Amino acid sequence: MYTCSDLKKGLKIMIDGEPHVIAQFDFTKPGKGQALYKCKLRNMITGALFDRTYRSGESFEPAQLEERDMQFLYQDESGYVFMDQKTYEQVTLDEATLGDDKYFLIDNMEVKILLHGERGIGITLPNFVELEVTQSDPWVKGDTAAGNNKPATVSSGYTLQVPSFVETGDVIQIDTRTGDYVTRVKA
Amino acid sequence: MIEPNWVLARKRRNLEQRARITQLIRAFFVDSGYLEVETPLLLPGNAPEVHIDAVPAGRGFLQTSPELCMKRLLAAGYPNIFQISHCWRQGERGSRHLPEFTMLEWYRAEGDYRDLMVECEQLLRRLCPTGEMNWQGQTIRLDSSWPRLTVAEAFARYASASLEDVLREKRFDELLALEVEPQLGQRQPVFLTDYPASLAALARLSPENPQVAERFELYIAGVELANAFSELTDPEEQAERFTADESLRRQLGKPPYPRPEKFLAELRNLPVAAGIALGFDRLLMLLCDAASIDAVVAFTPEDL
Repeated sequence: MYTCSDLKKGLKIMIDGEPHVIAQFDFTKPGKGQALYKCKLRNMITGALFDRTYRSGESFEPAQLEERDMQFLYQDESGYVFMDQKTYEQVTLDEATLGDDKYFLIDNMEVKILLHGERGIGITLPNFVELEVTQSDPWVKGDTAAGNNKPATVSSGYTLQVPSFVETGDVIQIDTRTGDYVTRVKA
Repeated sequence: MIEPNWVLARKRRNLEQRARITQLIRAFFVDSGYLEVETPLLLPGNAPEVHIDAVPAGRGFLQTSPELCMKRLLAAGYPNIFQISHCWRQGERGSRHLPEFTMLEWYRAEGDYRDLMVECEQLLRRLCPTGEMNWQGQTIRLDSSWPRLTVAEAFARYASASLEDVLREKRFDELLALEVEPQLGQRQPVFLTDYPASLAALARLSPENPQVAERFELYIAGVELANAFSELTDPEEQAERFTADESLRRQLGKPPYPRPEKFLAELRNLPVAAGIALGFDRLLMLLCDAASIDAVVAFTPEDL
């Protein structure tokens, strides 16, 4: 069982018999008062979003979901298609289920698909992905790296803050859990 | 190329602002006749607060607030004192919380909580000479006198239940945090005052109305910034409150702290006084237009 101190974005718990994922999380506590754990929860089956606030002492049942290793094949009007390399079975996830993870999918990426029966309801990506920078303002020589950052767009259309020395054409590593720049892989 | 720690490097403007604000705060208090003091961070025990858990260290605990030592200084005859120090509180981590954070506390003898409200206004105006603060798209005016709102009024205005009901149902913290706080201090900072007596452990009860304590909290743009009160100076009443809090802690399964006996003994000498604790990192969040407390500290616990 999870306790309140385990709550965080991405955690999957059972509520009323259905798996839910914490889409957003914040801890808050009035100075002299009780801790409150504010969650925005998404029902992984219905997609319904709602807010709930928990207090210390509550406990949560982990969502036991079947996880299968699959590979990202392609995207079409039906959604994002993944294939089990052993059985050749395909599962499609819609854009709403993927959320921002869709920006980190690259061809043939090996992921874990979370299943409810035969339906894909969630995904676990590898912790890091490498993507090429397709747009960023050029680095002016003489700028120190200290304290400078700028927005950049990568090939998937995702935008993020990167250090000033990153240039268009560089390949950068992004942490899929936070969406943040990690390091430059290839200049 | 070995990349520099870019997350650290890009905080530079905020860290420079932090240093500048620290100096301005010091200058304000020195100019106002306050003595800067330093009190130990490692203590045998803290005041037994029901919802604040101290970090154990060696055979004692790190301070959750410098309050007890600072009041002992007041009781020994130091009239106006301030301190900027680190405090530690277990299990507090969020976009506005760090388990180790910086607190600005100041205490004045022969004053009450109303004097502290005036000083808060003066201090913030000194830190923002333009007379306004811009935070996350909101403009907060600092110049004219800041409104005072009682806890009962605030609940009547913003909460889905009355103060009486939430106290009875033990939902005060929940409704305060979720419904009331986000509405407070949006256009101007606001002082939330007249807390129910049960919610003010170290505060003096109001002589006009003993149901409320002379306590206020300062809110700016929904951010809880400071907690202040006219000090309780009756050692028997203080000891009783400590006993009640110790008992509540026990019921919640929390570890006991050694009773601050020297503080209780010296409390008898405390003059009429008032004290305030202000979240220094939170103040910087507001001054640096930062959405997260992480942006105004050099290292978060996760960076270590």
